[in-house]
Amino acid sequence: MLYMKNVSTHYGKIQALHDVNLEVRRGEIVTLIGANGAGKTTLLMTLCGDPRATTGSIRYEGDELTGMTTAEIMRKDIAIVPEGRRVFSRLTVEENLSMGAFFADKETRQVQLDTVLTLFPRLKERYQQRAGTMSGGEQQMLAIGRALMSKPRLLLLDEPSLGLAPIIIQQIFDIIEQLRQQGVTVFLVEQNANQALKLADRGYVMEHGHIVLEDTGEALLANPDVRKAYLGG
Amino acid sequence: MAMPESLYYLIQQLLNGLTVGSTYALIAIGYTMVYGIIGMINFAHGEVYMIGSYIAFIVIAALAMFGIESVPVMIVAAFAISMMVTSAYGYSIERVAYRPLRGGNRLIPLISAIGMSIFLQNLVRIAQGSRDIAMPTMISGGIDIGPQDGFHATLSYMQMIIFAVTLITMTLLTLFISRSRMGRACRACAEDLKMTNLLGINTNAVIALTFVIGAALAAVAGVLLGMYYGVINPYIGFMAGLKAFTAAVLGGIGSIPGAVLGGLLLGVTEAITAGYFSTEYKDVVAFGLLILILLFRPSGILGRPEVEKV
Repeated sequence: MLYMKNVSTHYGKIQALHDVNLEVRRGEIVTLIGANGAGKTTLLMTLCGDPRATTGSIRYEGDELTGMTTAEIMRKDIAIVPEGRRVFSRLTVEENLSMGAFFADKETRQVQLDTVLTLFPRLKERYQQRAGTMSGGEQQMLAIGRALMSKPRLLLLDEPSLGLAPIIIQQIFDIIEQLRQQGVTVFLVEQNANQALKLADRGYVMEHGHIVLEDTGEALLANPDVRKAYLGG
Repeated sequence: MAMPESLYYLIQQLLNGLTVGSTYALIAIGYTMVYGIIGMINFAHGEVYMIGSYIAFIVIAALAMFGIESVPVMIVAAFAISMMVTSAYGYSIERVAYRPLRGGNRLIPLISAIGMSIFLQNLVRIAQGSRDIAMPTMISGGIDIGPQDGFHATLSYMQMIIFAVTLITMTLLTLFISRSRMGRACRACAEDLKMTNLLGINTNAVIALTFVIGAALAAVAGVLLGMYYGVINPYIGFMAGLKAFTAAVLGGIGSIPGAVLGGLLLGVTEAITAGYFSTEYKDVVAFGLLILILLFRPSGILGRPEVEKV
């Protein structure tokens, strides 16, 4: 579904990604783990076209993404839940969700709205409330809900567990599992390596802008190097 | 019991102030919307207002030449054509002076906008001459408030038109921003441009749209004030732009209700100063008010303090 081949990205003269090769197959949950500053978010944002990849190829469903603008890429059934949630805090929950379905026709919009509100009943309670007045967990639900409004086939999640209480994190991971069962392909960037690897079919480990390991989620969980570096020994 | 003369005098000043103030508000919205989305001041905006006045004059003169003398037709045509032409100017200003420079140092587009302002001013000067042009008086008369035999206040029909047009324009804008799909996209962009882009929305188009809306509103003000004052020249954009910018900052830049409030407040302050002290001092008091507000409420009356996003 998604192939990244020898992708490098630079911020000015600083190289943030070094020849990254990565693949996400349809129906999978793929996770990318790594320390702070390893380049995980950069990789995800390069996929979205901001920043642009300096070299290499990114193909999604046969289309080359590297020459496209962010707006064009994000209209290809790809949706993102970005780092730090980035809900529109002065817009209501309803308006945030409808921003997610900006290009959907009326019918799809209604179907997706029902899906999202069933998935997150909390959002229904807060429907007319401004997003900025909600708790962090609720905002994360809204950010995921907004991404689902466009009926994506590939969902990109950047650290959805960051700053949330353990019970909320568990809920978020349960939701991701449910989404997979509904046929959504998930690419999950996480620092919470333990939970991410348990959930994922396959995982990649990133260090200093390089992909250093690639294996199934289970194998990575059992890998002594990974355990030592990311799972506390 | 007859009301004292001084009361009618005050009413007259307030009416005059609100008239000018509502046109300031119309221009100020252009500043505030652009600032709200890209965080930059469009310093060529005052010239767009001036061009709006000129287009209105040209349309009215052209219609008169073809023998069309109906005042409603002339006014409607002046508004429609002026708004269309200035929209094109607003779009071009964004394309030429802002878009290529976005993402760099914020001072650079500021300079290019000032350059654009000088260019537009001189363009009109060369094309139309730098002398004052008299707009034909199309609407005269009004209603008197107070005793016919003594001192009374007058609400002219032109002032009524200014209030009515401003009110209608503001209502339409508010509905657009709060209800429509594109209005929602504008608000989303104002809050988080990058995230809006990540939802697949072409944020460049939204930015261009705010320039166009701002320019059309400035044209409305240009037509109204041109007819109200009866005189236009290529330099009126500078002061009007400065005043409207002051109004936007006064009300809280980035906030549309703030721009309206700031415009009205500035207009009334000027009129009161001119009416009770001296006309020469009205600008001093207006800008003095700005300094005072900025000292005690740096984000303006209705503005939000700028919070660093983390």
